[in-house]
Amino acid sequence: MSETVKLLELQNIEKSFGDLEVLKSLSLDVNKGEVLVVIGPSGCGKSTLLRCINGLEPIQSGKIKLDGEEITAPGIKWSKVRQKIGMVFQSYELFPHKTVLDNIILSPLKVQKRNKADAVKDALALLDRVGLLDKKDAYPRQLSGGQKQRVAIIRSLIMEPEIMLFDEVTAALDPETVREVLDVMLELARSGMTMIIVTHEMQFARAVADRVIFLDEGEIVEEAEPEAFFEKPKSDRASRFLNIFNFNEKK
Amino acid sequence: MQDLGIRVLFIGNNMQRLLLGLWETVQISLIAVILSIFLGIILGMAMTVKNPALRAVTKVYLEVMRIMPQLVMLFIVFFGLTKAFGINLSGRVSAVIVFTLWGTAEMGDLVRGALISIPPHQYESGAALAMTKLQVYIYVVIPQTVRRLIPLAINLTTRMIKTTTLVVLIGVVEVLKVGQQIIEANRYTYPSAAFWIYAAIFALYFLVCWPISLVARRLERKWQFGGDAK
Repeated sequence: MSETVKLLELQNIEKSFGDLEVLKSLSLDVNKGEVLVVIGPSGCGKSTLLRCINGLEPIQSGKIKLDGEEITAPGIKWSKVRQKIGMVFQSYELFPHKTVLDNIILSPLKVQKRNKADAVKDALALLDRVGLLDKKDAYPRQLSGGQKQRVAIIRSLIMEPEIMLFDEVTAALDPETVREVLDVMLELARSGMTMIIVTHEMQFARAVADRVIFLDEGEIVEEAEPEAFFEKPKSDRASRFLNIFNFNEKK
Repeated sequence: MQDLGIRVLFIGNNMQRLLLGLWETVQISLIAVILSIFLGIILGMAMTVKNPALRAVTKVYLEVMRIMPQLVMLFIVFFGLTKAFGINLSGRVSAVIVFTLWGTAEMGDLVRGALISIPPHQYESGAALAMTKLQVYIYVVIPQTVRRLIPLAINLTTRMIKTTTLVVLIGVVEVLKVGQQIIEANRYTYPSAAFWIYAAIFALYFLVCWPISLVARRLERKWQFGGDAK
């Protein structure tokens, strides 16, 4: 808690799809190096929140600032901004016609115009870090879900983003491969990466989070340190939500 | 003498005539296929545009082309146009027009299918990797669409070649017609000519279509990546 530098600032952002208000004047700061976990019932706006941050969804009002620069200003170059914001999706979305290595180096080569040898070297180092070096020439269809998701993570990482967004990245995985993905994220968190994680893995949330926010119906209902939140949620809505998981565990 | 009927294939320039007939078929098919691919791409892209009027028109066109037997279309273009408007088209031109109209519909549907089969998340993950719209199309969407499309387009080509046998009915002298002429001419000297000639025609079609479908299958296997082994 010595130095806190605000990396990402959301000021009163509003988002609706037609008549449906998904985010209601939501404000949120994320500090450099912080790991923020967003939980909440489905349809609460968690995924939309992430998608607004990297411009996949336009917002109706409010401001988003990254490094003090307003990225929601008109005329902003998203292809510049998104180099600083990595995002990993639930469905991996590797490019099926490219090998693992080509998936990873595509953006460094085409967007960042890095030289190939350099990009390949970085890609191989990252593959090694997540234990998938032997899969570099495989096609996505030849990988398990957990392997695909690890590739998707380093495909974002190689761009050297300042912040990483994780949108329920383990939700589509078989239970036995969830762990390998969470381990990669945990290691990433420890290395000081700023992360916003949307997840339903409560144990993991507790282990990885510096701060938890509970989102319901487009509003931040509760914001707390993980221990406090999971032990004694202050709001009714949050405790009811957490109870669902406890009940499931007892069953 | 019965089993010497096969000799009918080699007397005079019969084989050469059959091959020339085949060339006629292949020519009509190839021209129609090339036009169909080109026009079909445009039609397919038009079908993905969210414009109700455009959608309705393309839909009707597609249905009509698929429901109407190609033979009926050939008759309409070859005989109908002449009777009704005095437009006199040669059999070849009529054939190319009809097969292009039909092929465009088929190809258009294939293109549309390939385009919408790219999940929206593919566009988004490209965007999330900081690619511009154009880069997403060039490196992500188009390569996948083309890979899906090529084997299907090749299959369409073989179907086209087979269906062009119908042009015999509007008087185009292609392989089948040549075959019939040879059979007629040798009715008394080689009574079994019909068998050998049609067998030869079968073999010729096979030799043309088989390599094409082999290539299609090859490409399909090489490029099948869609299956999501979770």
